[in-house]
Amino acid sequence: MQFTAPQFKDNAARALADPQLQKALTNVEKGFIGKRAAAVAALPEFDALRDKGREIKNHTLAHLDLYLQAYERKVTESGGHVHWAESAEDARRLVLDICQRVGAKTVTKGKSMITEEINLNDFLFEHAIEPVETDLGEYIIQLRGEHPSHIIAPAVHLNKEQVEEDFRRVHTHLDPERDLTAPETLLSEARQVLRKRYFQADVGITGANFLIAETGTSVIVTNEGNGDLTQSLPKVHIVVASIEKLVPTLEDCSQILRLLARSATGQDISVYTTFSTGPRRTEDPDGPEEYHVILLDNGRTAMLGSEFQDMLRCIRCGACMNHCPVYHAVGGHAYGSVYPGPMGAVLTPSLFGVDISGHLPNASTFCGRCESVCPMHIPLPKMMRHWREREFEKHLNPATARYGLGVFAFIAKRPRLYRMATAIGARLLNLIGGSKGRITTLPFASGWTSIRDLPAPEAQTFTQQWAARQKQGA
Amino acid sequence: MSQAQNRPKVGLFATCLVDLFRPSVGFSSAKLIEEAGCDVHVPIAQTCCGQPAYNSGDTKDTRDLARQVIEQFEGFDYVVAPSGSCSAMLKKHYPDLFKGDPLWEERCRRFADKVFELVSFLADVRGMSQVKARLDKSVTYHDSCSGLRELGIAKQPRQLLATVEGLELKEMAGSDVCCGFGGTFCVKYPDISGKIVSKKTATIAESGADILLAGDMGCLMNMAGKLKREGSTIEVRHVAEVLAGMTDGRPIAGSGK
Repeated sequence: MQFTAPQFKDNAARALADPQLQKALTNVEKGFIGKRAAAVAALPEFDALRDKGREIKNHTLAHLDLYLQAYERKVTESGGHVHWAESAEDARRLVLDICQRVGAKTVTKGKSMITEEINLNDFLFEHAIEPVETDLGEYIIQLRGEHPSHIIAPAVHLNKEQVEEDFRRVHTHLDPERDLTAPETLLSEARQVLRKRYFQADVGITGANFLIAETGTSVIVTNEGNGDLTQSLPKVHIVVASIEKLVPTLEDCSQILRLLARSATGQDISVYTTFSTGPRRTEDPDGPEEYHVILLDNGRTAMLGSEFQDMLRCIRCGACMNHCPVYHAVGGHAYGSVYPGPMGAVLTPSLFGVDISGHLPNASTFCGRCESVCPMHIPLPKMMRHWREREFEKHLNPATARYGLGVFAFIAKRPRLYRMATAIGARLLNLIGGSKGRITTLPFASGWTSIRDLPAPEAQTFTQQWAARQKQGA
Repeated sequence: MSQAQNRPKVGLFATCLVDLFRPSVGFSSAKLIEEAGCDVHVPIAQTCCGQPAYNSGDTKDTRDLARQVIEQFEGFDYVVAPSGSCSAMLKKHYPDLFKGDPLWEERCRRFADKVFELVSFLADVRGMSQVKARLDKSVTYHDSCSGLRELGIAKQPRQLLATVEGLELKEMAGSDVCCGFGGTFCVKYPDISGKIVSKKTATIAESGADILLAGDMGCLMNMAGKLKREGSTIEVRHVAEVLAGMTDGRPIAGSGK
């Protein structure tokens, strides 16, 4: 995808002015929040599970090298292959090599944010291999030439009418008079079209929600079953996953699974939870002949041991963006990066550099709702602040902001000067506010007054008035 | 200001926004703290808790300001602020700033233990369960984010408001949703802040209340400014003003359209 995080402000302005998008975004607030709350309320041990989940992931990250080796050994034992990719380029190349070796023309894909992160689809197209997204949301946005605006609901920025329009535009072999008004008709049409693609595909590519070291298993959760068809019908299954997906044991995976769907969609568990261990064995009725896992680093080992390590606990449930007022206002595309919302605001600078993604950790009110719903207790606002610190250290924030901050700090550290400045400020603003008690425009404060009035102060500050009263009383 | 021996000494950290924009909140706070059996002191050299610098990534200036606040206030039995975000800054974030500092870590921890947000101090520390105030109006209460999520303030203001004679509480939908203020966020990203606060003012209006209350001046100024820009007649006040029965003065951003 095109990286437009530096243009966040323009992206946001466009998003705010887009009535279709604004309508679609109300579904995020209406849909996810209540369902998650109900699922959490129905599970008394939810908070205990969160603590347990954090503990499992922290332990895994502390011994990640060992668990990765153990995992590789198990995958190999079961007849699969593990490939190590340090960069996005390495991962793309590894996928292409496998596809070309087996002469693949078409690959089906289950939903995978990692393949979005490494921009795999464009790369495959360039090499004459057609990737076909099979998750309904992903399929829709692929038709539109877009990228996911949400990590679990990739097409949440669209309305039903837009999808109908796209289907009519692309599915030209179907009756133009067909009725597509009900959402189910769109679903069944996508199913019908995709069904053929599953059988044509030479390679199936999925992501992984978990990789289990104990058994060498990759795990995906879906609600449509598309992942199962993607990975079991073609002769080759490639899993593209990042290294922090590791968990030590099946039991650990089960514990975190209990958090995942509840946090994401408010389901107790996703409709399909699929465990894959190696290629088809002789006694299996079906399955791929080859099973490959491409393990992507792409900046993650650099996060280990840094103040951003906690971010590697993320299980990609999307709860943070579902509860984020900024995400609700502008949607996922405005962030201009593969990962939107609060988790993206922390992860994007780690993966792509804070010099070009500085807006993301700044565009937060620090309301803390993301952290309060994160199933893995990731301190998202704190880590966004760490990025702001890095920016400040490297002088990456705008000169005007630095200057303003410098003046503020200079005065605030000198109480006498501060008293004088605030006394003058109070008097002045009080005069401007006049009898209405508010100010509608103010030079140098257009950031405030473009949106709202500025309440005017009384003519004297609190400390002035307090000191005067103390004197009278004495 | 009685100086009885057993009355705890409370340092009132007024906050820079109360000091500059809303002195009546300072006086309301002082009245309430006295009613809770404490003596109130206002160190006149106080300035700002440092949040603007802290949230802009400027840790050096933040530490300088934090040391200044600690030096001014560590001598009191309690430090009380009529703001969830400033209290959380003093109580939760200052200790983070001095982790591993041989001179300041312990000193800061002792200071932070004494810091409380006003309403939480009245209800949780002083056990106040009743206020002496009357207001024949309906109010709706917005939970400011820091107070709610960092300090667990939600039921205390509602319990005390319920004891104000004549007052009716009309809850708004999503009272725990951010108002879009976010400190420097509201001027760095005015369009987004504007979108968030306009959703907030819509739910405030839907509540049907006469008055909007909250415990943080930043949020209150944001919501009041937006309500007035939209021509709303809903009055806006800090919760301390109502609890102290000091609602004669002009509401935040004035009254009327």
